[in-house]
Amino acid sequence: MSSNPYQERSLVVKIIFVTVVVIFIVRLAMLQLFDDSLRKIADQQALRNVTQYPARGLIYDRNGELLVHNEAVYDLMVIPRMMKDFDTAYFCHCLGMSREEFDAKMKKACSYSLYSPSPFMKQISKEEYASWESHIYKFRGFYVQQRTLRIYDRPIAAHVLGYVGEVDSVDMSRDTMHYYRQGDYIGKSGLEKSYEEVLRGVKGKKVMQVDVHNREIGPYMNGQLDSTAIEGGNLYTTLDADLQAYAEELMANKRGCIVAIEPKTGEVLTLVSAPCYDPNLLVGRVRGTNYMMLLNDISRPLFNRALQAQYPPGSIFKIAQAMTALNLGVITPGQGFACDKILGCHNHPSARSVQEAIKMSCNPYFYYTYRRVIQQGKYKNKFIDSQYGLTVWDDYMHRFGFGERLGIDLPNVNSGFIPDTAFYNKRYGEGRWAFTTIYSNSIGQGEVGVVPLQMANLACIVANRGYYYTPHLVRYFGPDSARNEEFYERHETGIKSSYFDIAANGMYDVVHGAGGTAHRANIPDIDICGKTGTAENIGIDHSVFIAFAPMDNPQIAVAVYVENAGAGGVWAAPIASLVIEKYIRGEVTRKDFERQYREANPCQKLPLKRVTKKKK
Amino acid sequence: MENKIDWITLLLYVAILLFGWMNIYAACYDGVHTAFFDMKSQHGRQLMWMGVSLLIGATILLIKPRIISSSSYIIYLLVMLLMVVTFFVARDVKGGHSWIDIGPFKLQSSEFAKIATALAVAKYVGGIDIDIRQWRHQLVAWTLVVIPMGLTLLQHDMGSALVFAGFVLPMFREGMSPSILVIGIVAAVLFVLALVVNQFIIAGIIVLIAVAYLFIWLNKRTRRDYTRAIGIAVVAIAFTFSVDFFFNKLDTHQQERIQVLLGQCDDIQGTGYNQHQSKIAIGSGGLTGKGFLKGTITKADFVPEQETDFIFCTVGEEWGFLGATALLVCYCLLLCRLVMLAERQYSRYARFYGYSIASILFIHVFINIGMVLGLLPVIGIPLPFFSYGGSSLMAFSLMLAIFLRQDQDRNKAM
Repeated sequence: MSSNPYQERSLVVKIIFVTVVVIFIVRLAMLQLFDDSLRKIADQQALRNVTQYPARGLIYDRNGELLVHNEAVYDLMVIPRMMKDFDTAYFCHCLGMSREEFDAKMKKACSYSLYSPSPFMKQISKEEYASWESHIYKFRGFYVQQRTLRIYDRPIAAHVLGYVGEVDSVDMSRDTMHYYRQGDYIGKSGLEKSYEEVLRGVKGKKVMQVDVHNREIGPYMNGQLDSTAIEGGNLYTTLDADLQAYAEELMANKRGCIVAIEPKTGEVLTLVSAPCYDPNLLVGRVRGTNYMMLLNDISRPLFNRALQAQYPPGSIFKIAQAMTALNLGVITPGQGFACDKILGCHNHPSARSVQEAIKMSCNPYFYYTYRRVIQQGKYKNKFIDSQYGLTVWDDYMHRFGFGERLGIDLPNVNSGFIPDTAFYNKRYGEGRWAFTTIYSNSIGQGEVGVVPLQMANLACIVANRGYYYTPHLVRYFGPDSARNEEFYERHETGIKSSYFDIAANGMYDVVHGAGGTAHRANIPDIDICGKTGTAENIGIDHSVFIAFAPMDNPQIAVAVYVENAGAGGVWAAPIASLVIEKYIRGEVTRKDFERQYREANPCQKLPLKRVTKKKK
Repeated sequence: MENKIDWITLLLYVAILLFGWMNIYAACYDGVHTAFFDMKSQHGRQLMWMGVSLLIGATILLIKPRIISSSSYIIYLLVMLLMVVTFFVARDVKGGHSWIDIGPFKLQSSEFAKIATALAVAKYVGGIDIDIRQWRHQLVAWTLVVIPMGLTLLQHDMGSALVFAGFVLPMFREGMSPSILVIGIVAAVLFVLALVVNQFIIAGIIVLIAVAYLFIWLNKRTRRDYTRAIGIAVVAIAFTFSVDFFFNKLDTHQQERIQVLLGQCDDIQGTGYNQHQSKIAIGSGGLTGKGFLKGTITKADFVPEQETDFIFCTVGEEWGFLGATALLVCYCLLLCRLVMLAERQYSRYARFYGYSIASILFIHVFINIGMVLGLLPVIGIPLPFFSYGGSSLMAFSLMLAIFLRQDQDRNKAM
């Protein structure tokens, strides 16, 4: 047996073994337990989150006609950090871009993020994509994302439908749910914006495993983390596509707007803001240039006059004044006022009743009527009396939907303006204004501002003899046909319906009676009730007309506003009558009449004279 | 009287072997070719090698250990001859010349050189009149080690050559001065420092240490102390300044690997790619791992050589910290068990052999896992019983079986 010195050295050897293993375990802990970044890098390079974009909801008109649908396009995405050396020249050749373009796009992508995907080239058509689809795997760090593009089936209703665009920093900051990512599309205006959450659906996610060559090798964790995209909900609108198209035609060469509403329901049949544009201009890669073109156009086509413009209403406002005065009891239906030209007026006999006053649109009549509303004699001091009167009047105007935002389902609606005591106190000082300071309001001039939608709503109120439903554009939406309950809530003015009968009769006379201001709106066999307005303006007056028809059981209420066209009876009234005829008959029989107004340019004044001569 | 075979060692061996095979299966797994016995796949062939290895092991356990011990030198000579032949015959595989083709199989002779050397040196050291403390005897012993080491280096197999350094441990156990161990460690530290820090600063520090040793540590200073301190300092400084020279003697890729490790070159797409990816794979495993066959980095071939040298990152990714630690603990237990077994041998031959194989296994584990964890430069060396590869598995199994047989027979004095 050998001697066995140094046996204790076995301990040294064991200590060496154990020490090394302990060092390794510590290192493992550092990598696996205390360093989160490695896991992120691993997920980044081995997993690819493929977003499943749901198809955006479709939009239909009231007759089931398709207004908006989608078409597939492809976005080429890049993750700069994942890129590996590749043949740039070949890549550029495939995509048909220059080296400079490539560098610029690359720089942009890199500045967004090195690790997150950003769109490298957007909206590549199906055909283009097919040509290099089979090569894409060669370019590590690139992949293709299918997207959809909005296609507007008819070039109409751009202001109603709106448009979609990429999310910007403002959208992102509002997006508290962090739903949107750079490059996503969002409704920017119109229905696309107000029903964004219905239309967009819910994005789905697919986590794919990719291998070292950037090839997808299958779903990660058997797809447990995946979620399917939920298609966007459809909108079933109240628009009548044919009527909308017709109304837009009528507004060619003009500035202004048409709003047509079904009084019984508040459903908006037509909403035109002229000049119009083809909504397809704001789709796809040409969007940027077209948008700038429209933005810089002097006639402001992007401005939705029907909802955003605040105009002096002119004489149509008198209806609301008459109803207010009657309901307050400060005048009776048989009240007469002499046309003493205290306000400028045209030549007509003095009105002996409210009905006649509306028919003749007598300015002095409504001057006196408004005086009775504002200075009711409750207080001896006429300044205090006026303050009281204005408060009462204010309340009535709001009952008509003036001075407040009508809750239509479109974004950016103007509220119009109804001056209140606070406003005049601020402007003139408290106790320093009275009826004589503010009488212009009586005839729809002065400080009042009304949005065309509110004008159409006024027509609805008269048509309904005293109430209205909030004008709206969508009947129901989504897969379960949801509807907005607030649109089914009746808004009462609280004014006796018999008074509105007086107004309706007056409006009937406007169109049909001798000396009515809107005989041009007369259509045989359709009882149109209307009211003209000529809103005074610096330069040429605006032409205004509101109407509803038929007188009993009204089906349509219209407001037409033509900027700088002169008297309401000359331009707005005939256009309104054409819209009404088109809607009620489905066809316009008065072809010559139609042609005159469709092709005319009121600002030039020329066709106006020719028309009047021909008529005689 | 014959003892029972050491079940603990055998169990650890089988556990590591099976766990290794599971990880090879996972590393090759692509979700399509899932058959276990597919000889076209690596896991299928590994299964075959496992069978062959067990067969070899069983055979060894049946024969008398004396047959092996008495033929140690012959085995050594034969293997050395094979090495030389390999050098001339072998094809160029990744810059190395260490594989001989035998039919459809490739044999790596250096794997067997380790056993042969362990046997031969043990045989020599175990001689009646040999005392390793005598420098002449030690010289002979080291010569037996250096010959295969040199041949391996000639085959451009840096990893296997380093394994022969493991013989320091059994030598140390048999009485070799510990200063060689210390010198080795100091040299390694100096080597790294010289690459990272300015060499003059290191020289200054060495001088300071020498001065501190002489005038602060020692109370009484003899002339011998002075000469020794000055001598060591001079040698250390000379070594420091010659590091550049040695470093430049290395292959370019070896230089780069060292630079990557020292953080002097951050090339995660090129030289540093493997280690970067393996760290990612391991780091992404977390505490419990992603689960068997669920490693994303593993499955997607991000780590090259994953079923061979980088197999440990599959463990790290799919089995997490717990699994990887368990494997490390298994290795640690196996190594310590081997040392224990070696200590209970009555013959110096068997003891030396036991220490030798423990050390060889240790160096493999140390370099391989150190490399995968990014602590050591990339050196191609398999993880024992674990990595894919027939030669290494057979050699390691053979090595272990010889020792277990020896252990069974320990009561019969040689």
